[in-house]
Parts: sequence; structure tokens; C-alpha cells
Amino acid sequence: MFGRLTLDALPHDPVTIGGVAGGTVGLLIIIAAMTYFKKWGWLWREWLTSLDPKKIGVMYIVVAVIMLLRGLADVAMLRAQQAIFATSPNSPISPDLFQQVFSAHGTIMIFFVAMGVIFGLINLIVPLQIGARDVAFPLLNSISFWLFVAGMVLMNVSLGLGEFSAAGWLAYPPLSELAYSPGTGVDYWIWSLQIAGVGSLLSGVNFLITIFLMRRKGMTLMKMPIFVWSVVTSMVLVIFAFPILTATLAMLGLDRLLGMHFFTADMGGNPMMYVNLIWAWGHPEVYILVLPAFGVFSEIVPVFSRKKLFGYTSMVLALIAIMILSFTVWLHHFFTMGAGANVNAFFGIMTMVIAVPTGVKVFNWIFTMFRGRVSFQTPMLWFMAFVATFTIGGVTGVLMAVPGIDFVVHNSLFLVAHFHNMIIGGVLFGAFAAYAYWFPKFTGFRLHEGLGKVAFWCWLVGFLVAFLPLYALGFMGAVRRMDHYDASLGWQGLFIAAGVGVLIILLGVFFQVVQLAYSVWKRKELAVGPDPWGGRTLEWATSTPIAEYNFATLDAVHDRDAYWTVKKAHEKLSAQYYDIHVPNNSGYGALIGAAALGVGFALIWHIWWLAGVSMIALIALVISSTQRTDVEHVITAREVALTEKRLRGKRA
Amino acid sequence: MKSWHAVVAIILLPIIIGLAVFAYASTQHVPVFDPQGSVGAHEKDLILFTLALSTVVVIPVFLMLGIFAWRYRDTNHKAAYTPDAEGNRWLELLWWGIPIAIIAVLSVVTWVSTHALDPNKPLESTVKPLNVQVVALQWRWLFIYPEQRIASVNELVIPAGTPVNFRITADGPMSALWIPSLGTQVYAMTGMSSKLSLIADHTGTFRGSNSNISGTGYSDMYFNVKALPSRQDFDSWVKAFNDRPKHEHLDLDQYLTFAKPTHDKSVQYLHLHDVSLYDEIVSKYAHSDSGHHSSKHEGHEE
Repeated sequence: MFGRLTLDALPHDPVTIGGVAGGTVGLLIIIAAMTYFKKWGWLWREWLTSLDPKKIGVMYIVVAVIMLLRGLADVAMLRAQQAIFATSPNSPISPDLFQQVFSAHGTIMIFFVAMGVIFGLINLIVPLQIGARDVAFPLLNSISFWLFVAGMVLMNVSLGLGEFSAAGWLAYPPLSELAYSPGTGVDYWIWSLQIAGVGSLLSGVNFLITIFLMRRKGMTLMKMPIFVWSVVTSMVLVIFAFPILTATLAMLGLDRLLGMHFFTADMGGNPMMYVNLIWAWGHPEVYILVLPAFGVFSEIVPVFSRKKLFGYTSMVLALIAIMILSFTVWLHHFFTMGAGANVNAFFGIMTMVIAVPTGVKVFNWIFTMFRGRVSFQTPMLWFMAFVATFTIGGVTGVLMAVPGIDFVVHNSLFLVAHFHNMIIGGVLFGAFAAYAYWFPKFTGFRLHEGLGKVAFWCWLVGFLVAFLPLYALGFMGAVRRMDHYDASLGWQGLFIAAGVGVLIILLGVFFQVVQLAYSVWKRKELAVGPDPWGGRTLEWATSTPIAEYNFATLDAVHDRDAYWTVKKAHEKLSAQYYDIHVPNNSGYGALIGAAALGVGFALIWHIWWLAGVSMIALIALVISSTQRTDVEHVITAREVALTEKRLRGKRA
Repeated sequence: MKSWHAVVAIILLPIIIGLAVFAYASTQHVPVFDPQGSVGAHEKDLILFTLALSTVVVIPVFLMLGIFAWRYRDTNHKAAYTPDAEGNRWLELLWWGIPIAIIAVLSVVTWVSTHALDPNKPLESTVKPLNVQVVALQWRWLFIYPEQRIASVNELVIPAGTPVNFRITADGPMSALWIPSLGTQVYAMTGMSSKLSLIADHTGTFRGSNSNISGTGYSDMYFNVKALPSRQDFDSWVKAFNDRPKHEHLDLDQYLTFAKPTHDKSVQYLHLHDVSLYDEIVSKYAHSDSGHHSSKHEGHEE
């Protein structure tokens, strides 16, 4: 009846029980509060079923923030183990739990934090920047989001039922095969990523088509805001890379479910094929995350320097160059697998070549400040910190691109320091800059600047203290994913420093939470108009709060900094309103997500009847969702006029 | 805090914290920067060369970031202001050009060094190399000396000044053999036989470990490499060992029990009864598939 699922699946060790208990209590409190205040209907109507990309974007970010907190809790455990308990025989964290926790940390941070933040940002900003009222496929966008949520939920269920993968965030076989990991952990990993990954692929298609077909009249490709260009390149990578992930996970899943031998050690399976395939997805994935972050900085630097972006064409060419090159370097993740010198040297050199367009971007950002008027508000501080840290990460990246150097630092903590340098210094700092920059556009008030700066300094100092010691530890011979070591090696001091760094980062997160709460509380004092920074692109032309239809009129665009030119010329926006069609809410996204969750859960626990029922439900829902007739409703010209008067009248 | 204080702090923080880490680490043993063999020494030189080359870009980036941010701060009205400047063809060509030139230099170095350091290629030496076969198990290391008929567990004895030609495989999840003091690491994989050639130029005891996660005993997969002063010392160590008949033996049957997962970290020395044991371990993953050859010597590199 319940397949492999028995009472044994409940957690046994005190650390996990504590985590599950805390999470459950938190969830119950939220459910009780929602019920008490009768908010379920509101939540369903206004948010969960909404097809408005502005709301879907916010929901992505809410999920990503919750997952960031879990990922940070995981890392606090990891560093506590390595700094305090690593040299003593009695640790509250067993090796198995430690391995599950770092596997979960990596999986969560990449798939459910970084991807969530990037897709949230794209949902919020892209339609506005291209002057559109919506995305190309609104329901598909909601389905993508709910598949992301289904993957996230499935991954977190592993905490309370069964176990999570202990095979690292990329689950190399044969360790991830049945022979060495017979439990449910790797299955949780496979199916939560499989479901979320399909969502990402659908989003990639949706946003690429949105950008290509729904730009405002007059906005040629070379007049698009550079953030939109960064999203184009990122979404092309999604479209080419994610099918590889889907196929690879499917093959590993078949090995585990049906006893096939794609990647097993024996019977002709080839684990090295898996390593190639997973990185053929995995390397582009890094750029899927970091290119939009580059785009964010390309928006922020001109605005806070009050000057045009330096070398727009170079910037676009650099993005395209990175996009193409990112598919030609995957082998640098395994120079030590025994490939010949010609192959290793080729992939090493291709990897270094990526440093060229990346370097060009850095110089162009810096020269955007040249002869500008630079104001150092939090978004700009994040930019400065990004350049400083990302340059260090770039240097260590070029170091490891030389196969002869990689040979002696591969899989050490040097590698761990390098990629955190890129992901935190690049993606996360970019996300924080975007958060401070665009927050007032969607809420009508600024985030408190002082608290934001305190959080910034905690993050920067914490990041440096947490990761620079890891470079040294790598040179000292410390390998990644190690839960204990001998005290005589002299590593503990640096592990303690790294742990202190994590604490400082946690302090930064604390101040970010305080900043948000305080800013909401003082929202009247922090209130700003629709264009608080002197924005240059179309999103700042909307009213704040932004109307459901984004733009009342669709005036043609003449220039690259579309809104800046309008402001400079004191042009008036057209006041001739027409009826606007906007999509109706739909519950299909949530239902399809629920069905996918059912399929995933059933396949993990071998509950075949549930797998069948969920699969049929999933297919039926997808087919039925294409047969909807009441897809949109009309906001009449008169209603538009009234709304505009209400929204713009206040502070026009 | 004035805005330019923030600029200075952002530039200086990585440098100060980096120097503090450097100062602390230099009081500790850092094997990658204290290589004990020619492979490791070459790799250390590569690190230092690449770091030096990268300063050509890093120093201007840090300087310009700091100077421009300070010079063009919005409170400085004396500075020039060109809000509509869109770029500068010559400057942009310059910073497409400079990185290309640097990468061109580095590419040549990469090509040459990658071939020189190719782990598949035995080290050139007038001294006859020592052959060692390595098997990564869950969770210990088995070192086989086929010519000396010795198998050792979790400890490797080698002569200094003699190249050691390793053949490396796994009988379990993918692992990796890394001896930081000597240099290059290589993955150990089932059904494969990776090659690696290292040399210790000095006497000493060096730590080696597994650098690829292979299950719950992964962190315990470390071992000592003991480099004896000379080949003569090594030969007399072998002779002394073989003169004592009371050691346990290792052949394929005993190996099958021995290879089961264990958290036993003890060092052992065994008499090797079956000189083709390594090849049997490599080929046992091919036996079960009729489509593959089942010859005993069907290693991946042959």
C-alpha cells in the first residue's frame, strides 16, 4: 500500500528531529494564523492563482528567501562541525548526517535560492523593462512557478520522511547508484530537481519568447535595457542546458527504479558519462545564474553614476561571447579524470578565454563611473563589493583553468572558496543590489538605508572571513566535504575563522530581516514616488504601486534609455486610453504542481498506485488547462483612466 | 561615515583579511607551497606565475575602482561630468586587447605545462621507476607492489629519488588519490586504470588522502607516504619484510572479504600471493557484461 514508506522513515537522530519539529511548529503557526484571520481565500485569489508576473515574481523570491534561511542553517551545522567537533570523537553530527547536510546545502542554494531569485527577478523586471503588459504565456509561467514549488516541497519532505542524498550536490555515480546508496535520499534529489528543472526549462522558453515578441514598439534589440539582454543570454542557456539535466536525471532515475545500467560501475554502465553530462548542464548553469546578475549591475551603475552605460555594444557582445563559450568548458570540472594532455589543455584555454569578455564587462562598469556623479547608496555598495570579490574569484578561476594547477587544488577547499566567491560575490550580491534598487518600485517605500548598510558590511566582512581562509586550507591539503580531521594538521584555526565568518554573515541576514520589518513599519516615512533613483528604463515610467496592466498607454520607444530621454525632453505620456485585456486567475498551476509532487513522492517511495493516479491527474490537468475559454478579462478604457488618476494623482 | 570611507574600506578589506590569512597560514605547514618532488615543484611555480600574471589586470581594476569612485563621488562638483558619453572605441579595444594578450601568453604556458605534467606520461628519469598499483576501497587504500610481492594498507613506502608509476583504480565509489606534498591528484574509478607518475626528491613522511566523497568513511581515507632515503633502503626494507614469513597473505579470495566496506583505519602489510590481483580487480567490472572483453589485462589505458 505505501511502498517503502514505513514508520522507520521518521527521523531518529536528535539534530534532524529538532529541525523537523522547528519547521513543523513554524508551519502550524502560519496555518493557524491564516485560518484565524480568514486569509486563505485572499491568498488563493490574490496570490496563488495569480498569473500576474509581478506577483509570481514576489512568490519566487519569498520561496527563495525561506530556502536561503534553510541553506544557511545547514551551513551553520557544517561549519560548527568542522570548527568545533572535527577533532573530537564525540560529535552530535554523524558523518552520514553531515554528508546529507552538505548535499542539501548545495542543492538548495543553487536550485531553490539562486534559481528562485533569478526567476523572481526576471518575472518582476523583464515585462516592465520591455514595456509589456504581460509575458507571452501567463499560465505557463504560473505552471513553471508551481513546478519550482513542488520540487522545493519534495526536497524538504526528505527532512521528515526518509533521508536526503549523501552523494554531494551533483550525485556522482556510482556512489549515487543503488549499490552504494540504496535509501530514498538520492531519489529525493533526482525527483525534486527533475520537477523543478522542467519548470525552469518552461520559464526559459516563456521569457525568451516574451522578450523577442512583446517588446514595446520602437525597442529594437540594440535598444533593449542591458538587463534584458542578460536575460536573453541566460534563457538561451536554460533552453540548451536544462534538457541535458532532464535526460541525465531520467537515466539515473531509470538506473535506480528499473535496475538499468546507464551509469552503474558494472554491467557496462559508464559513470564518467554522467560526469560529462551533468557538467554539460552544470557549467552553463553557473552562467544562467550570473549573467542576470551582471545585467543587474549594468542597470545600477549608470543610474547611480547618472551617466550612460559605458560601451553598450561591447557589453552585449561580451554577454553573447560568454553565452557561447560557456558550452565549451565543461571538462574543466574534471581535469583529473585522466583525459589526455591535448583535451585538458584545450578545455583549460577555452576556460581562460571566458575571462576576456568578463574582464571587458568589469572595465566597462568601472568606466561608467568615470566622469559620472557617483552616489554610494546600498545598491552601489553591493556593486563595489561585487567587483572587489568577483575579481578575486576570477583570478582563482583562471588559476584552476590551468590543468597543472587544478591537479593540485582540485576538490580541495580552494575549489569550494572559488565557487562561493563567484556565487556569493556575483549572484547573491547582485540579488541584494537588485533588492535595494527595485524594492521601492513595487512597494512605494524605500528600504531603510542605515540598516541596509549595516547588513552590507556584515555580509562583505563575513564573506571574506568565511572564504579567504578556505583558499589557504586548500593549499594546506584540506579536501572538501570532510567532517573530521586530525588536530595536528593545523587546520582548526582557519576552520574556526571560517565559522566566525559564517556567524558574521548570519548577523548580516539578521539585519536584513530587521531592515525589512523596520521599513514596513516606517513605510510612511520611507515613502517615495514612482521614480526614486532617477531611473533610465521603462519600469520607472509606471505608477507606484504598479497597475495590474503595467502601462496604461504603449507609447513608442525612441532611445536606449527609454525613460531617461522622455524625462529629459519633458515629453508627456499619451493620455488616450484603450481597453486592456489581462489574464484571468487560474488554479491550474497549483494543481499541476500538486500532481507533479504526487508523482515525485510516489516514485521515491515506490507507491505505484499513487504514481499512476498522480500521473493521470497530471496529464489530464495539462490537457484540460489548454482548453480554458475564460482566459482573460477586459479592463475598460474608463476604468484605466480612473485607475491612472488614482495612482498618479497622489504624487504626480 | 563619508561615502569615500566606504570606497576605501571595500578596496582594503579583501587585502587586509587576505594578508591576515596569509600571515596565519605561513606559520603552518602548507604542503602545496612546500613541494617535496619535481611534479609538485612545477605546479607551485605555475601557481606563482599565473598569480603574478593576473596582477596585470587585478591591480588596475582595484586602483581604478577606488580612484574613480572617489574622484567622481557626487559631492565632488569639481570633477568633470559627461552624462551622455556612450563609450570610447579605443579604450574598449584596449581592454578587449589586454586580456586577450594575457590569455594568449597563459595559453602557451597552459599548453606546454599540461603536456609536461600529463599524469599519463611517466616521469623521465635515469632511475628505474617503482610500480605501485592503488585500489581505493570503502574506506581504505590498498597499495600493491607487484614486483616486490607486497600489499600495504593505508600506508605507502617509497624510495626518494625514484619515480613512482602508479596505476590507480577503485573497487567502490569514485575516489581520488591526492598527496599534496608530491603534486598531481587523479581520480580512482571502477573498471578503469588511471595512471599517475610522482617522485619524492626528499626523505620524509607526507600525508595523502581521498579528495572525492565515497560514503560515510570518506574523511578517514588518509594515509602516510614514507619516503625512504634511497633505493637501497627501500630494497632492504622489502627484503626484511619478505624474510619474515609470519605476515598474512593476500590473494583474490582473501581480497573479496578484505574489500568489503570497513571503518578500520589500521595500517597493515601483507604478502601478495597473486601478482595479477590488480588486473583482476580492474576487470571484474567488465566480466559481468558479455559485450565487453573479459581479458585480465583490459585496463582502460591499454
